[in-house]
Amino acid sequence: MKKEISFTLNGSEVTVTIDEHLCLIDILRGPLGQTGTNEGCREGECGACTVIVDGQAVNSCLYPAFEVEGKNVITIEGLQEPNNKLSVFQQAFVDHGAIQCGFCTPGMIMSAKALLDTNQNPTEDEIRDALLGNLCRCTGYVQIVEAVKQAAVQLKNKK
Amino acid sequence: MMKKYSVINTPIHNIDGIAKITGRAEYAFDIKLPHMLYGKILRSPYPHAKILKINTKKAEGLTGVKAVVTGKDTLGIKQGIWRRFKELCDEEILARSKVRYIGEPVAAVAAVDEDTAEEALDLIEVEYESLPGVFGPLEAIKQGAPQLHEHAERNINVTRHIEWGDVDEGFKKADHVREDWFRCSSQHHVCMETHNAVASFTPDKKLTVWTSTQSHYYIQVLLSWVLGLRENDVRVISRYTGGGFGSKFELDSAQFCSSLLSMKLFKPVKIILTREEEFMATKRRTPMFYYLRTGVKKDGTFLAKEGRVFTEGGAYTSMGATALYLTGFFQAFPYVWPSYRYDGYRVYTNTAPTSAMRGFGAPQATFCAETQIDLIANDLGIDPIKIRRKNAMYPGYEVPGQATIQSCGLSQCLDKIEKWIKSQGKLPPNRGIGIAAYGFMSGGIFNWFDTPYAFSSAVIQVKIDGKVDLYIGSQDMGQGSNTTMTMICAEELGVQVEDIRLHMGDTESCPVDLGAWGSRETLMQGNAVKMAAAKAKQQIIEYAAAKLSPNIVYDLDIKDRWVHLIARPERGLSYYDVVKEAIRGKDGQPIIARGHYTPHRKGMISPAYSFGVQAVDAEVDPDTGKITLKNCVTAHDCGQVINPLGVKGQLEGAMAMAAGYGFTEDLPMDEGKILNPNLVDYKVLRATEMPETKVIEVETYEPEGPFGAKEAGEGLTNPTAGALGNAVFHATGLSIKNLPITPEKVLEALKEKKKEEKK
Ligand code: FES
Ligand code: FES
Repeated sequence: MKKEISFTLNGSEVTVTIDEHLCLIDILRGPLGQTGTNEGCREGECGACTVIVDGQAVNSCLYPAFEVEGKNVITIEGLQEPNNKLSVFQQAFVDHGAIQCGFCTPGMIMSAKALLDTNQNPTEDEIRDALLGNLCRCTGYVQIVEAVKQAAVQLKNKK
Repeated sequence: MMKKYSVINTPIHNIDGIAKITGRAEYAFDIKLPHMLYGKILRSPYPHAKILKINTKKAEGLTGVKAVVTGKDTLGIKQGIWRRFKELCDEEILARSKVRYIGEPVAAVAAVDEDTAEEALDLIEVEYESLPGVFGPLEAIKQGAPQLHEHAERNINVTRHIEWGDVDEGFKKADHVREDWFRCSSQHHVCMETHNAVASFTPDKKLTVWTSTQSHYYIQVLLSWVLGLRENDVRVISRYTGGGFGSKFELDSAQFCSSLLSMKLFKPVKIILTREEEFMATKRRTPMFYYLRTGVKKDGTFLAKEGRVFTEGGAYTSMGATALYLTGFFQAFPYVWPSYRYDGYRVYTNTAPTSAMRGFGAPQATFCAETQIDLIANDLGIDPIKIRRKNAMYPGYEVPGQATIQSCGLSQCLDKIEKWIKSQGKLPPNRGIGIAAYGFMSGGIFNWFDTPYAFSSAVIQVKIDGKVDLYIGSQDMGQGSNTTMTMICAEELGVQVEDIRLHMGDTESCPVDLGAWGSRETLMQGNAVKMAAAKAKQQIIEYAAAKLSPNIVYDLDIKDRWVHLIARPERGLSYYDVVKEAIRGKDGQPIIARGHYTPHRKGMISPAYSFGVQAVDAEVDPDTGKITLKNCVTAHDCGQVINPLGVKGQLEGAMAMAAGYGFTEDLPMDEGKILNPNLVDYKVLRATEMPETKVIEVETYEPEGPFGAKEAGEGLTNPTAGALGNAVFHATGLSIKNLPITPEKVLEALKEKKKEEKK
């Protein structure tokens, strides 16, 4: 069954016709051409596909596409600041060497953002908990956790 | 005085970082071409069977299906990466008459979308005649076991013998002899980007393949061979690779099947393996059964060691032959053994082929060796650090007939770890600290692939604005070699990282390098880049010298974009100005230079070796057997650090993977069927499960490495399982010789111990 849905993607209204059985990742990577969101398992177990829907980090490989109707979706492509500067998250990942192969990185950053959007003073344990669903095979997570800590501090200073 | 280095040893951000964190990095996974079709692969459900008939009619008739290929559509070439040895090239990829493991490809479909291709797989009718299978090396090597390959009696695929000194004499002199058996489990690479390829064959008979690989050169050569194409009519592009760890430098089913389908259709075909296929059929770490017999003097001096190993080869050779050699070599590492004898047998089994994985046979060797050393130390009442220090390799040591150790910081590493252990004071009950010492190679010397090219090459072109185009053949799969090479180039040429524009990941424009495996890039590609940069610099200096006309006894150099007299750094010219004039002076030609590296007369294994010692602090819950990693400290000698930010990430990442090998990751099977082919049941460590880690850098200077650098990213996969096992031993008195060290095994051993004590 085909269906037309409209939602906000990275600040802009989009309308796409979708097959009802598709998941959010399929329309992001497919018709919308946003390939920054990666796919590592399609089973909800690796977090490479994490995006933010109405403030919540979700696995877009399991999230039914039609359910984003009217919602607000943020992907890695929507993170840059208006002046094209990197967001604090992106900058922190670069600064700390929290990027190796980079395949998990967009999903990691989205999980980190979802955390810091609701909790400005996360403890290390809270950061690690927020990243529990995001697998990284390259880094051992140390530099990623450091990056999230830096992003937290900078976000606070900005305010 | 000018600073020794202006780029080397400063933390430089990953040069691909911005592309990766903005979602712009284009992995092969992301490639989409006009008129592209999608492929799927049909795989054998049997571990061992004859293929009697394949009927593809129904599948071909399905709307949306464009082509189906089977082994009949291939040239039937048995390929392999050990090209110098015909009998080791044993894998067809699309089986024609026999399947030897569950997951072996038998057919592939191209269709308008993935769902249709998937549906078509169900319509392909394959008639099999099931054959008895054999699943473990100890059974497969027995007389009368089912035989996988006609040429391999008793399923023996490769054997390897290493020997030096008088082993029998050594045992005679020994005060104490120990014998132990060990079992080392398998492990999966679990790259976050699964294997995939987009192949596009055009009517001019040229094939372009975008793929996720550790070596575009190997894939180019292997594809051209199995497809009957001219080598340079195959172009392989791999700009970003989402993890490799040893799994991505052999020809894989996605690359081969997408190419075959595209050649049939003259349309691009994309194949992405699912996570399940990835687990079932993309090779894995080699399981090993190790027997070790070791003789030492009362004071702990090592005298003789004998090792015998039977490795589970799985159905094909792949890179397993190299793992068999390396595990034997590293079994004697990093110590001085006056005598050593090793016999390795790689045995074919009806299981998914085993091959290279980070550490390449050395993690298995190190686990067994380091566990046994602690047992010996315990038998003799010697401190684990002391026994290792007594027998440690040292700079200048020659491993008889195998290798010469140049730089070696092992004893400094032992000192640092000893200090750290002391600082921890007395531990509470059920806690223990275990250590393991290790070493690893900086690139392999072997050329079983039979490349006629230099092992690594680089080309440099300096443009009018001083921008440097650097062309390299090495592959960055996340380990950061792009950044490392850019830094080496900038340092040698005397410019900054921003002045370099890197070109890599494309066989059409890049010189040959054998790829990112065996920890070879920093040393081998690094030396090639350094040589090219030095030659380019020389050309620039010649023009500067003409301009500055110093007394000819003065030498010139470039640093920080300043071309100057070394003795009088204030006398100089801007690099940019000199380049502009030099190009004019060369009749308008840009400055071009080439560099290359091939090891000569550097022994059998590697031109250089890294060293280290790791301490793991673990707690064991005696009621549940649960092991909690509290702390993991590593003292590491990787020569001169090139990029501290990169080295840190490499060490921590390797440690995480190694800890997984030690206590959570495994591939249990039933009659050749992997029981946990998903990320729920296969336990990769997650962010919440990582211990505190600390890395202590011990700097040495490696004369063979660029700026004194050597391997950093792989060796650290070696010690953790052993150090963890030793921690459990010191916490509980139990030595578990069977990986992974799970709570069940700990509980079982505790029960046994109690029973023994009661007796
Ligand atoms: S792809 Fe969605 S969780 Fe792995
Ligand atoms: S950076 Fe490679 S998986 Fe995280």
